[in-house]
Amino acid sequence: MASKRTKTFSITTIPGFTFMAIATFVILYAPIATLVIYSFNGGTSVAAWGGFSTKWYAVAWENSQVQEATLRSVFIATLSSAIATTLATMAALGTTRRGKYKGWNFIYLLINQPIMVPEIVTAVALLIFFASIKVATGYTGLGYLIAAHSAFCIPFAYLPIRARLEGMDLTLETAAGDLYARPFTTFRRITLPLLTPGIAAGAMLAFVISLDDVIITEFVKSAGQDTLPTYMLGQLRRAATPEVNAISTALLVLTVILLTAFFLLTRKRD
Amino acid sequence: MTNNISVDVRSARKVYDATSGTVVALDSVSVQIRKGEFFTLLGPSGCGKTTLLRLIAGFESPTAGEILLNGTDISGKPPFERPVNTVFQSYALFPHLTVRQNISFGLEMLGRPKDEVARKTDEVLELVKMTAMADRKPQQLSGGQQQRVALARALAPEPEVLLLDEPLSALDLKLRKEMQHELKRLQLETGITFIFVTHDQEEALTMSDRVAVMRDGRILQVGNPRDIYTRPVDRFVADFIGETNFLSATIDGKKVRLATGDTVAASGVEAHSEGAAVTLAIRPEQVRVDDKGGLAATVAETVYFGTDTHLHLTLGDGSELVARLQSPPSGEIGLSPGAKVSVSFTEGAVQVLEH
Ligand SMILES: Nc1ncnc2c1ncn2[C@@H]1O[C@H](COP(=O)(O)OP(=O)(O)O)[C@@H](O)[C@H]1O
Ligand SMILES: [Mg+2]
Repeated sequence: MASKRTKTFSITTIPGFTFMAIATFVILYAPIATLVIYSFNGGTSVAAWGGFSTKWYAVAWENSQVQEATLRSVFIATLSSAIATTLATMAALGTTRRGKYKGWNFIYLLINQPIMVPEIVTAVALLIFFASIKVATGYTGLGYLIAAHSAFCIPFAYLPIRARLEGMDLTLETAAGDLYARPFTTFRRITLPLLTPGIAAGAMLAFVISLDDVIITEFVKSAGQDTLPTYMLGQLRRAATPEVNAISTALLVLTVILLTAFFLLTRKRD
Repeated sequence: MTNNISVDVRSARKVYDATSGTVVALDSVSVQIRKGEFFTLLGPSGCGKTTLLRLIAGFESPTAGEILLNGTDISGKPPFERPVNTVFQSYALFPHLTVRQNISFGLEMLGRPKDEVARKTDEVLELVKMTAMADRKPQQLSGGQQQRVALARALAPEPEVLLLDEPLSALDLKLRKEMQHELKRLQLETGITFIFVTHDQEEALTMSDRVAVMRDGRILQVGNPRDIYTRPVDRFVADFIGETNFLSATIDGKKVRLATGDTVAASGVEAHSEGAAVTLAIRPEQVRVDDKGGLAATVAETVYFGTDTHLHLTLGDGSELVARLQSPPSGEIGLSPGAKVSVSFTEGAVQVLEH
């Protein structure tokens, strides 16, 4: 449709664009490609190639510390994403079904606090805050990690749910009421089913965010509460072997699967 | 007499708070809609038609006034307690439910037994000829089919009153004509009171038992289509319902005197006092053009419309008048601009507007 005269600025016409584009992709993906390739290293170095082998996957699989950390990670991520998604759903319902009010931007800011505040600040704050609770109550279980993860996962779960709610036609709820459905029935039969893809997407994003977290976990965890990422960090500080590459690759594959599902769920449908 | 009234709107007023101040969407509207009637709210966009429907449905509560259904005040009842269903302009079909599930929704919510729900749903599917599509999702249907499902969904619970908010406006002309018949048929078959909203005067005239013409949150006139068309109360109604010629005149005995000095017979003279300045409304198709015997006029322009030819005329005092004549077989009316003609009006065609 656009005629030559109305041609708009195109970044692709800048000299060197192709080079920049390729360089960007190399910087983005070369390290990851290297990581994946070296997970199949037959040798013991993360830098020198010793032939193709899947032995590090077997080593990681049989490593009881890895097993424990994985289970702990999955446990924390499952529980935290469930809690975060529930709270985020309620927050989204509370903040979208409202009239115009200037204060909403401030409320959004509050809900999205974990995205804005530097993670290290939150981590230090939580460390100090939880330390005093630990002293007061004597409780040192996984509760702290779950509470912390739930909190920073809320905005990630909130955003897709809110987007879905805002895209929902309010007339549908009016129509349900017109057809004799009471407000809660309308919510259960109409709103919730239509919101499900958003909730599922939010839960997946929250799960991935929890699974990948290092900084806050490192600060909050008690002794013997390593998650997979903090365990790997610990390993790297000592002698790194391609076992770390193998675990990373497995984590990468899982994340890619979850994020693909996330995009499929949030894709606009007509 | 009162027991044949279905919906009784008494001095209903609705004021919305908007960012730019308050909006009076309805300004003390009173109207009585009879049982089993096809009643149409007609008016330009923004005149308050949807607001009146929303008040009757219960989506909105009136700022003042009350709404009675079968003699009882329902103003305070929520929508889910009113035996009133709505066909939404956007259809508002539940996208995650099949056609059948959409239609049975209302019956289920009413707590009807399973076999009754299934039976009634089948019946209504049959009624709107959508049985073959029962297991499809709304997105898999054409606009016309979605329209039928929306109708079926609202009819299934057998409401006392069906509210239809411009249900045909999204359809193309051919489909719209088809659905007009369909709606009329459904209304006659079910005997349900229909309150139909449209801004299309032809639709209002062809489908309704009675029409209320609205403007700026008020009802200007209520009557059957013939009344509204032949005896509009004011200039707005006359103009909104089809084309009209307006002429200034003064009351002169039982007749009216035009600015040209001629006197003509008119109906509605009684409502005004002798010598009062009034406006006359004359439909173009009631204007006759002859060689002599009437008012002297000059042809200004002829416009060919196929079946009709519009003749733009200028009277002696310079006022303008349009005559709609049936086109002759040749298409040539045989009058060119500048031709002198004589104009008269069909008996009863000259209407003195009330205000
Ligand atoms: N929710 C609302 N808030 C503010 N103003 C409204 C609202 N709904 C309708 N209005 C105003 O009330 C008037 C009547 O609207 P409506 O009943 O929708 O008219 P119609 O259906 O005849 O086009 C319009 O001026 C419209 O802008
Ligand atoms: Mg409207």
